[in-house]
Amino acid sequence: MGVIETAVDNLRERLGERILELREFRGQTTLVLPGEALHEACGLLRDDPELAFGYLAALTAVDYWPDEPRFHVVYQLYSHKHAAFIGLRVPVGGDEPSTPSLEPLFVNANWYEREIFDLFGIRFEGSSDLRRILMPIDWVGHPLRKDYPLGYEEVQFTFNFDEINRRKPYAKE
Amino acid sequence: MAIEERQLTLDELRGLVSERAIEGDTVLLNMGPQHPSTHGVLRLLLELDGEVAVNVVPDIGFLHTGIEKNMEAKSYEKSLVMTDRMDYLNNLGNNLCYCLAVEKLVDLDVPERAQVVRVILAELQRISSHLIFLGTHALDLAAASLFLYCFREREHVLDIFEMCSGARMMTSFIRPGGLWRDVPPEFEGAVRDFVSYLPDRIQQYESLLSKNPLYIDRTRGISAITAEQALEWGLSGPVARAAGVNWDLRKSNPYSGYERYEFDVPLGTHGDVYDRYIVRIEEMRQSLRIIEQAIDRLPEGPFRSDNRKFVPPPRSELGHSMEAVIHHFKLWTEGFPAPKNSVFVTVESPRGELGCFLEGDGGPKPYRVHFRTPSFAALQALPMMSRGFLVADLVAIISSLDPILGDADR
Amino acid sequence: MGVESKLGNLGFVTTTLEQVVNWSRTRAMWPMLFGLACCAIEMMAAEASDYDMSRFGMELMRASPRQSDLMIVAGRVTRKMAPVLRRLYDQMPDPKWVVAMGDCCSCGGIFNNYAIVPGVDEIVPVDVYVAGCPPRPEALIHGILTLHEKVKGEKIRDYA
Repeated sequence: MGVIETAVDNLRERLGERILELREFRGQTTLVLPGEALHEACGLLRDDPELAFGYLAALTAVDYWPDEPRFHVVYQLYSHKHAAFIGLRVPVGGDEPSTPSLEPLFVNANWYEREIFDLFGIRFEGSSDLRRILMPIDWVGHPLRKDYPLGYEEVQFTFNFDEINRRKPYAKE
Repeated sequence: MAIEERQLTLDELRGLVSERAIEGDTVLLNMGPQHPSTHGVLRLLLELDGEVAVNVVPDIGFLHTGIEKNMEAKSYEKSLVMTDRMDYLNNLGNNLCYCLAVEKLVDLDVPERAQVVRVILAELQRISSHLIFLGTHALDLAAASLFLYCFREREHVLDIFEMCSGARMMTSFIRPGGLWRDVPPEFEGAVRDFVSYLPDRIQQYESLLSKNPLYIDRTRGISAITAEQALEWGLSGPVARAAGVNWDLRKSNPYSGYERYEFDVPLGTHGDVYDRYIVRIEEMRQSLRIIEQAIDRLPEGPFRSDNRKFVPPPRSELGHSMEAVIHHFKLWTEGFPAPKNSVFVTVESPRGELGCFLEGDGGPKPYRVHFRTPSFAALQALPMMSRGFLVADLVAIISSLDPILGDADR
Repeated sequence: MGVESKLGNLGFVTTTLEQVVNWSRTRAMWPMLFGLACCAIEMMAAEASDYDMSRFGMELMRASPRQSDLMIVAGRVTRKMAPVLRRLYDQMPDPKWVVAMGDCCSCGGIFNNYAIVPGVDEIVPVDVYVAGCPPRPEALIHGILTLHEKVKGEKIRDYA
């Protein structure tokens, strides 16, 4: 895994103190950095011809409610030259969570950011198009947050069958 | 829940389509969620100048099932059944991706026999998915008889799946630690029969379309993309390989023993619809090669890991072992705990790179599961690929991308 | 009694209007293409070779609701898709029937969350429910034949 070590060293050199944490687990490396450092880090990883992490493989978010900072936006970059993945995490918190968008560097980040906005409510500054993608346009709430209920309906067993049957809104003609 | 619809306002529309549409110069047409050739519930807002598509705005989410949130409410083994329903033409592939992620997270070993059978099943699933691609692609271009032939071949693959697990499509056969149960003795004979007669059939079906001047006219040069464009937009799988990107996750980041099999990765040159079709036909042949090597190599041995902390014991053990009863009870009522960390695992699905991001929290339920699906990326690149082509070409382009809306919406 | 036993040789058949109308309705019921998710693949498999539905007259799957009689809802119905489904049902001309194919549109299936409508009978009235996840093509054909039996039992005074 020479390329990952080189990448981590280069990032340490460029960003220094701004890297919050380095996680290594089961052979996969993830760096935790603040949102302001994201463009610089991704630019370094993408433009350095030795590293060549030019493919955005995945962009997702995790909700750690009620801890602060509440969300972590997770990026996975892939290098075709070395067949290696590297992960980045950006903690995002606050009442109106927002973080810089990765669209200026990677064009395909747009729909992933739209999905995160739709399901988590995190805004991306600098995104060209931020509107709901998976839920209907007039949906209220962000479903994948931990304080949003799963929204299940009560299961009809024999003991409560008639009761639920009466309440269920069947369609008439 | 309201059954009324909400109309788009003019301001929202202004952001999506060009000024010519607002003035009335170009026509806005809705290729709605229910349409014979959108391969699922995909809604496209087309801006047409005559017959030429100036802009295409896809609208997905009509099949968003909330699988990721629903999986957070079930234990690791029980939420496996939801992965079958995501990309519903690649059920075993989705199972495999999720199981590899769980095994990596909890560091669970998989015995040799299970790895070889997983490879065989994944390649059979790839062949079945490409057969459906061939059938529906031909149906969209009005070559309807190929649809019937491909579904007939697919029945043989589904017979093999039914023989192993009892279900044709949603098998949930690949579980964390190995397989659900051992493959029956008829499995080897059935797979060898299938491998022996399919190459001839593929040859026949290819001869119907590959040199057909009507087909070549409709697909050569349509939506040609370069390798840089493909990588920029996050495309992978046959679409990227048709553009010349030499990238197959089975070769570059091998999993489940793929490094031991010999197979080629077919590449295209122009990146147009015709090349994508040829790449998928060749992939079917390479899959047959892998299956032949795997079935020759099938070793004896256990079909699932025997680490009882994660894998429930077989029922025969419950009669005489107290530990087995305790493990059975704990695993089926609560589940096994996973460390408080995250992994990201990718496999090569018939549509491209399928990735699973799994985060545990020390408890028995996944804290966050996210699937990075190839159809989502393909539909994101659709506007780029279809600008300037006719509406009839749009149908060919969508079917060549082979999107599955269950995959894109999850 | 006497008339019918002689008419058979001359090529006449006596029956009731109700029986003729119901018989003709079942013999060429055109389904509307409404495949949403995984059940759609099994519906396509039921249309294709090995489990041929064209022997029941249903080979022609009309995409337009204005030209179809039967809506086979195959797959899970989400809250975003529900208004579209109702609109398509309203656009179908009478007589129309609905078959809910699969578990997800009968009762919500294995999904019990914010995004799925638990049963398409909350949106349109359903005639036949076919269980399975996905139901085998033979199960779908059994459901269609059950629908045919139901149609044969309809009375003119109910819909005329």
